Amino acid sequence: MSQAAPPAAPGGAPPAGDERLLRTSLPRRLMGRPELGSVVGAVAVFVFFSIVADSFLQPSSLNTVLYAASTLGVMAVPVALLMIGGEFDLSAGVMVTSSALISSMFSYQMTANVWVGVGVSLLVTLAIGAFNGFMLTRTKLPSFIITLGTFLMLTGLNLGFTKLISGTVSTKSIADMEGFSSARTVFAETPLFGATVKSTILWWAVLVALATWILLRTRFGNWIFAVGGGADAARAVGVPVKRTKIFLYMGVAFAAWVSGQHLLFSFDVVQSGEGVGNELTYIIAAVIGGCLITGGYGSAIGSAVGAFIFGMTSKGIVYAEWNPDWFKFFLGAMLLLATLLNAWVRKRAEATR
Amino acid sequence: MARARTGARALGAVLAAVLAATTLAGCSSTGGKRAEDARKAAENARGKAAVTTPRWTFAMVTHSGDGDTFWDIVQKGAKEAAAKDNINFLYAHSDEGQQQAQLVDSYISKKVDALIVTLAKPDAMKAAVAKATAAGIPVITVNSGSAQSKEYGALTHIGQDESVAGEAVGEELNARGRKKALCVLHEQGNVGHEQRCAGAKKTFGGQLQNLYVDGTNMPDVQASIEAKLQADKAVDAVVTLGAPFADAAVQAKKTAGSKAEIDTFDLNAKVAAGLEQGTLGFAVDQQPYLQGYEAVDLLWLYKYNADVLGGGRPVLTGPQIITEKDAAQLREYTERGTR
Repeated sequence: MSQAAPPAAPGGAPPAGDERLLRTSLPRRLMGRPELGSVVGAVAVFVFFSIVADSFLQPSSLNTVLYAASTLGVMAVPVALLMIGGEFDLSAGVMVTSSALISSMFSYQMTANVWVGVGVSLLVTLAIGAFNGFMLTRTKLPSFIITLGTFLMLTGLNLGFTKLISGTVSTKSIADMEGFSSARTVFAETPLFGATVKSTILWWAVLVALATWILLRTRFGNWIFAVGGGADAARAVGVPVKRTKIFLYMGVAFAAWVSGQHLLFSFDVVQSGEGVGNELTYIIAAVIGGCLITGGYGSAIGSAVGAFIFGMTSKGIVYAEWNPDWFKFFLGAMLLLATLLNAWVRKRAEATR
Repeated sequence: MARARTGARALGAVLAAVLAATTLAGCSSTGGKRAEDARKAAENARGKAAVTTPRWTFAMVTHSGDGDTFWDIVQKGAKEAAAKDNINFLYAHSDEGQQQAQLVDSYISKKVDALIVTLAKPDAMKAAVAKATAAGIPVITVNSGSAQSKEYGALTHIGQDESVAGEAVGEELNARGRKKALCVLHEQGNVGHEQRCAGAKKTFGGQLQNLYVDGTNMPDVQASIEAKLQADKAVDAVVTLGAPFADAAVQAKKTAGSKAEIDTFDLNAKVAAGLEQGTLGFAVDQQPYLQGYEAVDLLWLYKYNADVLGGGRPVLTGPQIITEKDAAQLREYTERGTR
């Protein structure tokens, strides 16, 4: 059961005589990476805004762009993995809000140390992720339907429970409770080398590294590519398809928990209606980063580059001080261009192979 | 499969350990529900009918989106007035004009005794309001639609004129000696939001720019304001159009190293605290509690005594400019969710 075919994973010592495992030169290997096109797109967007917006290149501005990209990027990593595994999660955006609401309300209602709420929230959020995965693999319904159901249910639960428990639609402030400042250090603002950085940037870096390692160096990574490439073929060679998918959904839930705690400890009250629509942004980041919507192809680094393109574009428009009436149009056009460039580069890369 | 079982077991063990660790960490001796309960124990005598009029049914249909703090306060005001006036109070909302009109229609067929509606999308609501008045159901409009209210046949309008509120902001910014201000809109295409910023622009002596942000994504709101403050160092005032966004603006200012004053429309507990601590300059309140409360109370007065308020003109509930000196008193009310 351990020998899964790795369609896109390099590495490992190639035995002589198999042409699929021949050593290729470094440029050749780079050309074959899924994130190549998006890197070119990111450079193009970066150069563009460096020219049109004076303040774009200031260190403080780049820091802001990095923060904007990181809040999106943290979620884009597991969403990309899930897409490589051939599935979607439409509940990801609202799950972030759910996760923040759970820890806030649990701590507040129990008058407990906020870390208790954070722990409970982790368990509940992972359970929601597992529910998604379990329902998907059990019912064999498309992930679009399953997670759309979860999305709607969570949206309702967020509002209903918050109103039921706190009497208003936002949570009460937990800033004066024990454990808040330490949780804030972990999830909102972390001191690093004498400066304070947004914690999401660090979480993002760790998640990208971890996901890349999983994808390229572990057996679970091979399983992800295999189930996304073709679930039946994967099952035939012994890949545990169901378990892989459930774990992928739990990965999304874990990142939603991280983002949710960031939301809570940055602003210390949570609005229960937030998060709707963000799930699409995560998917967009993954797609710009080279993930195929059909599954089986993509990378974690690509999702990070995709998040970075999104962050640069949305904030670059502000730096460039363009007429805000056209904001969404500019955003859409930039994203489309970046993705087209991405596709074009990939085609060229495949042609020269 | 043996490997899988151990994997699952290990995961379970980790989860159990997390739960155990967090439970051991125990309780918080500060804040939380316990502190709130202590506060609540003092006040507790609301919610009894004070009149002997028949139990009429009033319905309210607003253009609120899901989970909007502002509309929650309006509802609270309406409910407390309803309890006092022996009214059975119904509430529904939809941010789509067409669906809002359908909700009004369903209440008309339910034969409610009076209706309270908002006219954020006046054209979509026109027919529904006409149908209600034709059926003999008195209508009061609240919050938005002061221009159309009378024309559509409503008894009166209770709310804030958004342009007037904006103008008040412009004047307050002048009084504070501001030169370059930013108006942060969290819903692109909301007419009321545009009117507020346009009103502020009209009376403000300096320069005022609009900034559109995505209201459903708080970190993004913060990053956008941050970007704007970095791009234009001359900005010395930021006006957000909703209370939750004021806090994001405060954090953006801190990160961007800007000296701008943060001001906001609407009130909540955090805004009251911010005003008290001086992290916020002023807040413009349109008193949502009053909009809900007065609408129900006026309809009751109309049914009971044929009273009408406003003399054919809108009854204004705002703008009330709230600064540091009022904040301490209001903070308590914001915490219980009525201001």
